Amino acid sequence: MQEEELQKTEKKSAYELFFDIPVGPQHPALKEPAFFKFRVEGERVVGVDVDVSYNHRGIERALEDRNYIQNIYLIERICGICNVAHTLCYAQAVEQLHGKEIPPRANYIRLMMEELARIHSHMLWLGVAAHEIGFDTLFMYVWRDREVVMDLIEMLTGNRVTTAVNTIGGVRRDVSNEAKDKVKKGMNVLEERLKYYRKVALNDPTVNARCSGVGILKPKDAIRLCAVGPTLRASGVKNDVRKDDPYTLHDEVPFNVITFDTMDVFARVLVRIDETLESVNMVRYCLDHMPNGDVRIKLPLSPPVGEAISRVEAPRGELIHYARSNGTKNPERYKVRTPTFENLPSVSEMLTSKSDYEVNIADIPIILASIDPCFSCTARMEFRDVSKGKTWIWSLKELKAHCSKSRR
Amino acid sequence: MNLVKWARLKSPWLLHFNTGACNACDIEVLAALTPRYDLERFGALLKASPRHADVLVVTGPVTRQVKDRLLRVYNQMPDPKFVVAVGTCCISGGVFNGCYNVYPGLDSIIPVDAYIFGCPPKPEAIINGVVALLKKLEAS
Repeated sequence: MQEEELQKTEKKSAYELFFDIPVGPQHPALKEPAFFKFRVEGERVVGVDVDVSYNHRGIERALEDRNYIQNIYLIERICGICNVAHTLCYAQAVEQLHGKEIPPRANYIRLMMEELARIHSHMLWLGVAAHEIGFDTLFMYVWRDREVVMDLIEMLTGNRVTTAVNTIGGVRRDVSNEAKDKVKKGMNVLEERLKYYRKVALNDPTVNARCSGVGILKPKDAIRLCAVGPTLRASGVKNDVRKDDPYTLHDEVPFNVITFDTMDVFARVLVRIDETLESVNMVRYCLDHMPNGDVRIKLPLSPPVGEAISRVEAPRGELIHYARSNGTKNPERYKVRTPTFENLPSVSEMLTSKSDYEVNIADIPIILASIDPCFSCTARMEFRDVSKGKTWIWSLKELKAHCSKSRR
Repeated sequence: MNLVKWARLKSPWLLHFNTGACNACDIEVLAALTPRYDLERFGALLKASPRHADVLVVTGPVTRQVKDRLLRVYNQMPDPKFVVAVGTCCISGGVFNGCYNVYPGLDSIIPVDAYIFGCPPKPEAIINGVVALLKKLEAS
């Protein structure tokens, strides 16, 4: 909520007793530097102000200084958890600029890696969510089982987290038959454990008490505030880029779009667990149907002049990359639109008490965690004149004027 | 060995501070504390407040926006304090070196006692770094 709106709520209060609680940028509930100001009336949260600028590194500008191959490694470090989704989206955009198709085996490997990354991301989230509701046993259990998928990713790509598996024109590494067997075994272990966690989520009184009816986001609000990914699907809206605008092989590989209609944190837990189970099946399908052949085509360093947009369903929601090439080895402009940024207005909505819905201070961590925030890709620049207490954001025209001045 | 030093060696409490990391190092620091790697067997515990912490674990390139907060957190920690830089970005800026909003390394801002390289370092490397720090502490 903006500063003026916060002042409005101040005037309306019957008690006239408000406190502002600052949370962050270093805070145990947040693993990342983001700053939240909560306006509370007793135990009720009545307003939120978000500042996510602590993570601004200037990646979009840096992308213009590096060539297309170097950019793969920079793009990957926009977000360490969704790194496969980011490189996939980038590689697709650049291949679109080239106007080339990649070999079918490469597509299967890309899809498999994407789904393995989704399993790792959703299990990570489930652990963090359990930690936020004070259920540390579940957190440790989930993270122990997550090591299964981390080992598989390390075996397939050489690194546990940042995989660098997608490259322009295909993938960097092939999958051997021994590796396939190990992945299959790993998937069996994970399926069994995920079914167990589903049972825990459905039956455990702690999970139920902390998650049911908390962080309500109604479908019409979710659509109005442009929520994406599991946050949107947990509000009962069937929306998934993999189904709506299939990329790689999502039109061939069968899977279901999971939705729940309870609209609360509980629904977000179940959506993610069920999606992980779907991902397990998709990985199995890829292993069984993978054709033989090359995994990469060589493409020249400089793509022809043009523009490209590519969309990917990252673990947190829809991810859009835009690239513009001027025929040189560096992109002229690159733009990244990330899911957490889209979900921030929704989390402000979830965190604000209304006449029929109360938010308590104790629920803040789990509601914040329920959108699976990943602020590292979200940071934006905002200008603040401290002496005048004024905050503003530059318009496109001002920004362009400044850029052309500073670049020459 | 005096009593305070003995106690300190048995319980290095950690404060994790993300100065603009991509999350990869953060999840590996967290993974080092979970059952497979179990950093807690060295007495290390992740603490919430800088005033309880002995070791500041910093991940990520230091951005201009977060610098003041980093110094504030560092100054709030009681002496003697130790700083561990986790990940290549934190050590030298790494892949972000040259970005307009990023400092070229943590040691240009606060003194650093141990460097753990890797992008991201594996949990084993993080444990190795913490053990190296404990050895350094023992020798001091």
